[in-house]
Amino acid sequence: CPCCASPRMMPRWPVLLFLAWVSLLFAAGLGLFLSGFLLTRAELPQRSSCAEPPGPGPGPWPWRGQRPPRSCWLPRRFARALLVLIDALRFDFAAAAAARGRPRHYHGKLGVLRQLAAAQPRHGRLYRFRADAPTATMQRIKGLTTGSLPTFVDVGSNFASYAIREDNLLAQLVHNGRRVVFMGDDTWEGLFPKMFHRSYFFPSFNVKDLHTVDNGILQHLYSTVDGGEWDLLIAHFLGVDHCGHKHGPDHPEMAKKLLQMNEMLRTLVERLGNDTLLVVAGDHGMTDTGDHGGDSEKEVNAALFVYSKTPLFGTDPPEEPEVVPQVNLVPTLALLLGVPIPYSSIGEVMAELFATDGDAVSAALQQLDVYHINANQVDRFLRSYSLVAQDLPTEELQQLQDIFSSAVEEHAQLVAHVQEEKPSSPELQARLGRLLGRFQRYLREARAVCARSWARFRPLRMVAGCALIAASCLLCYVASALPAAPDSFYRSCLLAPLLWGLAAALLLGLACAVMQEGLDLLVVSSWAAAVSQVAFFWRWWGRQPKRAHSASSHPPVASISLRQRLQACPALAFPMGILLFRCGAMFSDSFVVAEARVVPFLLASLVALLVGKLHWDGRLTVPEGPRQQLLSSSSYRKESWHLLYLVAALLLCVRLSAAFHQCREESPQCRPSLFLAPLAGLRDARAKNLFYLACVAALVALVCAVRRWLRHCGNLNGSEPAVLFVRWGFPLLAVFVACYWAVASSAEDSLGKLQELVHVALVAFPWAVYGLVGAGLLLVLCKPVTVFAKDTRETAGPIVTPYLGVASSEVDFLHVIPQIYRRMQESLKSHLERGGCGAAVAAYGLGSVYSAALVIALTLLAFLLLLLHSERLSLAFLLLFLEAFVLLHIHARARSLAGDPFSVPWYAVISWLLAASQFFYSTGHQPIFPAIHWNAAFVGFHLDHSTNLLPALLVGANTFASHILFAVGCPLLLLWPFVCEAPSTQRRKARKEPREELHEEEEHMMEMRLREAPDRFSAALLQLGLKCLFVLGMQQLVLAGMLMVPHCACWARRFLFEALGFVVSSVCLLLGILLVMRVDCAVSAWFSRLQLR
Amino acid sequence: MSEAGVRRLCAANLLRGCSVLLAATAPRFFLDGFSVLGTPLTWLCACSVSVSALSVVLNAALGPSPPPRRGSLAHKVGFLKCCMYFLMSFGRAFLSLNTFLFAVLLSTFTTLQCLCVLGPNIQAWIRVFSKNGAMSIWDNNLQITTVCSVLGAWFGAFPIPLDWDRPWQVWPISCSLGATFGYLAGLIIAPLWIHWNRKQLTYKSR
Repeated sequence: CPCCASPRMMPRWPVLLFLAWVSLLFAAGLGLFLSGFLLTRAELPQRSSCAEPPGPGPGPWPWRGQRPPRSCWLPRRFARALLVLIDALRFDFAAAAAARGRPRHYHGKLGVLRQLAAAQPRHGRLYRFRADAPTATMQRIKGLTTGSLPTFVDVGSNFASYAIREDNLLAQLVHNGRRVVFMGDDTWEGLFPKMFHRSYFFPSFNVKDLHTVDNGILQHLYSTVDGGEWDLLIAHFLGVDHCGHKHGPDHPEMAKKLLQMNEMLRTLVERLGNDTLLVVAGDHGMTDTGDHGGDSEKEVNAALFVYSKTPLFGTDPPEEPEVVPQVNLVPTLALLLGVPIPYSSIGEVMAELFATDGDAVSAALQQLDVYHINANQVDRFLRSYSLVAQDLPTEELQQLQDIFSSAVEEHAQLVAHVQEEKPSSPELQARLGRLLGRFQRYLREARAVCARSWARFRPLRMVAGCALIAASCLLCYVASALPAAPDSFYRSCLLAPLLWGLAAALLLGLACAVMQEGLDLLVVSSWAAAVSQVAFFWRWWGRQPKRAHSASSHPPVASISLRQRLQACPALAFPMGILLFRCGAMFSDSFVVAEARVVPFLLASLVALLVGKLHWDGRLTVPEGPRQQLLSSSSYRKESWHLLYLVAALLLCVRLSAAFHQCREESPQCRPSLFLAPLAGLRDARAKNLFYLACVAALVALVCAVRRWLRHCGNLNGSEPAVLFVRWGFPLLAVFVACYWAVASSAEDSLGKLQELVHVALVAFPWAVYGLVGAGLLLVLCKPVTVFAKDTRETAGPIVTPYLGVASSEVDFLHVIPQIYRRMQESLKSHLERGGCGAAVAAYGLGSVYSAALVIALTLLAFLLLLLHSERLSLAFLLLFLEAFVLLHIHARARSLAGDPFSVPWYAVISWLLAASQFFYSTGHQPIFPAIHWNAAFVGFHLDHSTNLLPALLVGANTFASHILFAVGCPLLLLWPFVCEAPSTQRRKARKEPREELHEEEEHMMEMRLREAPDRFSAALLQLGLKCLFVLGMQQLVLAGMLMVPHCACWARRFLFEALGFVVSSVCLLLGILLVMRVDCAVSAWFSRLQLR
Repeated sequence: MSEAGVRRLCAANLLRGCSVLLAATAPRFFLDGFSVLGTPLTWLCACSVSVSALSVVLNAALGPSPPPRRGSLAHKVGFLKCCMYFLMSFGRAFLSLNTFLFAVLLSTFTTLQCLCVLGPNIQAWIRVFSKNGAMSIWDNNLQITTVCSVLGAWFGAFPIPLDWDRPWQVWPISCSLGATFGYLAGLIIAPLWIHWNRKQLTYKSR
């Protein structure tokens, strides 16, 4: 007997090791890519204050004598400022038309700026305003107010809201009692909540709408300016940006828009007071197609125009407009308005704005003062930053420190010198000039150092990461296409690469140690991954020619295999085509936005294609007899109709799941599903009760369905601990969850003394669920065998009928199909007969022992994840289980109609993973930060978390709930065809002719067939895992590839979610396979115990 | 397979194609402001009506199968069955006018053609749409046009989420357009394909 007698285990460790290795390869590639792509930066909580200027206080120069009221650090020059932000105002929109070339629609439309600059060269000036990457509006607004270089992920920021926590210009103004008035883009509302004295927000997400924001601003702008109740007025116009997005820059609409802006500026200038500074700025530019986000020349090149009715500049403007980095505006505005420079600003003041009156020396002295304060502030920031984060290189910081201290020393000497004698000598002027140059150099280099580590992508790392991911995908594909080969191959293809990789890692580590450089773990691991991949491909290539050679020596074999391969081509082409569509859909921003609807569409298409293919191949029809051929008609088999019903059920599930979608901010007309809000927020008591009942019904249905299925498979017999847990633990869990919902949804209504009780219950019920789920999972891991063995040694005959020994008598026999492991029984019988007596062992549920353990584990996980979601999403979870069940059944039917059950075909894997991402959306998620369900962090906790780890885990489990469930359930794809093969035939046979059952032996094997061929089992598991990783990896690859192209920064958030989802999925996939192996172990132990008996 | 049969098929397809084009252009002379994109619902109606009328007429005139005896009970039952199948093929599309009209159009391109060629005989339908099931050039024609129409409708769904801001990027206009173009393509492809493969096409029961 091959299985019970032989304790030959399936090769477990190579499989797990191989999968873990491939996952690590992907992880290394992802990590490398992310380290090159994700700009990160730490946010500092400190704020500058008026009373504590950085460095020593200012010197006693005469021009400080008339210190105006309400000035910090330095006397202010302007009482108020008017900041007109024109979104995406590229420099050449403001400049004069080029002399050569075709006139563009955007040329020469902002005439007022040029006229002012030409007519009053000391009053106004045009600059090139250099934005930093990423040139997305939100990041630019942050940069324009904090004076820093914001990144995609500012570490330390609160993801739940976009509000700026760092010190910024607006906060400083408000803190020092100034009034800030805002009108325009409503992004500012989220960034600066409750900071404005008065505000007029207009919706900004609809990029098709060119006029709402601008006209709204114009309605209020002039009256507000005339009203005078403001110290800083910001008007953020969006029309130009939206026009660029909609039509591109070179379009008549753009000309109209710019002329409108021109008119607006002309009117504003007429109404400007003498003490007011007008700043017109673009936050970024745009490409020739009207996009922005990357760091190309046209995107970063914006315009800045400064004007005032009083003379601003001491000198005439240079020929070519100067280049001003965007961060420079913040310290300049702050000091001009007499407020402290924000703490984290790394900008350099625009010194020419601070030197107006007097001769050259006094102007230089004024500038020196400004630079001194500015340099001290930047130095203070760099010092506190390097205490918090280590991403700025130390040696460069040291160099900066040297420049700074020498400049400060020189400054002190100069101050002493000036105080001694009245300065007017040319020698002094030269010294002043040199010192100014030093301060300038310090500030510029400081900004450059910060920009190098914060605002620059590292393309080499990105390319290398992409290459690693691509190679891993190829590896997955190649390895999964290998024949279900003996494990020797896997061993040789696994061990050598692993050893090579380890050797490479060691060598690199040693090299680093010898060179005494800092060890970058990421670089080392990716080198190791690359080396091990090369080793794998080397091995694989080494085997390839041999196979080809051996094939050519047997021409008929080769031709057959070739034909088979050609025939297999369309079978592969359909699912791969769908995968291609799925990946291709990520190339377009609109498809990323609409992904929640695209994925179900593709899933339905894939399943319809599968059925169509089966039909086309004639697998669904009754095999034609000669008579039927004459009639030229064919009809479906009974099983085929089942398959069609299942497809209909799947389509229904897909349709229903659309009811649980969350909205994205890009589609303002969308309303989020009403199932997403917690029940506690519902006012109508009757509706609340009804919904509550529906949720509880969903819970009950889930428990009943799972128990019924297990009973159907015969896994609910006997008194194994896991069986007992399913019997009693599941209902208990459901009761706990229902109680928690009841308490949580009516927590606000409770009165007085009950309040305390409610608070206790709010914590106790979730903890009870956590505990029970944990215990259940442990139990499944320790004793996963849910087999009930009925020993019938005394009976003479080996026949076991379904009526015999039914553990729960209330079950009608249609549903108790005792899964009998005949082969074992036979062998035992012969074994015992040799010993002198006839006996048999009936094992209930042995045929589905693997899948039963997985189903139990999945249900437990589902309870846990249900608890983390809002109540009404339990319906979505019920739908998830239903759809997974239907998908598995479709797969099993399709397998039974065609194909080798030991390999999971591509369509099954792809549809399974499509369903996973479908339910990511259908459990109310979207890959954007505001859509994350933060409430999940407080299920079972009362707003007090000592560490960040636990809430992160809870929120992560909530967000990736469907990824977790589908990844853990992935091995079911392999097991299900075996589980489903028996019942239909066996039931009939068992009823009609129980005596003939012996002939049907093969039919009843079910999952034990897998055990019988341990090599094939392990190979199939490995292939399944590799296919999953391939499909997941392809999506990563496409997204990563997209991000390499400039202007695609908007994919960043999507990619972050995808990458996290990938990590979660691969870990869960490994766990699922591990569970299957654990069951295999336990089954072996069970057999050996049985034999001992 | 005779040359005459192929020629008849070509003529029929040409007529069908003309009817589709006519439905897109002719109503302009009767209705003010008619255009395919401007008044898509009217166009949908016109297209469905003209194609279905032509199909029925063609079936009567040069149908491949000998028509059953007129007035017989079988004929009436068959006609009723046809209507039933045609209605069933709309699915649950009665919820909105848009969807309903799209369903009518797609059914005209697929179900109605099947009904005309094969009659209300489910087994025959199943046979025709399997690998070796085609038993005449009409069957092949049916296969190709039907699959092309459905594929066209499927591909028609793809432009919907894109942000090009065109009037036809809405359900079900783009799908209807896709189905129509698919149908037209099928009408052209089918004779070509039959011509191309005329050596291989040996029908079992002839």
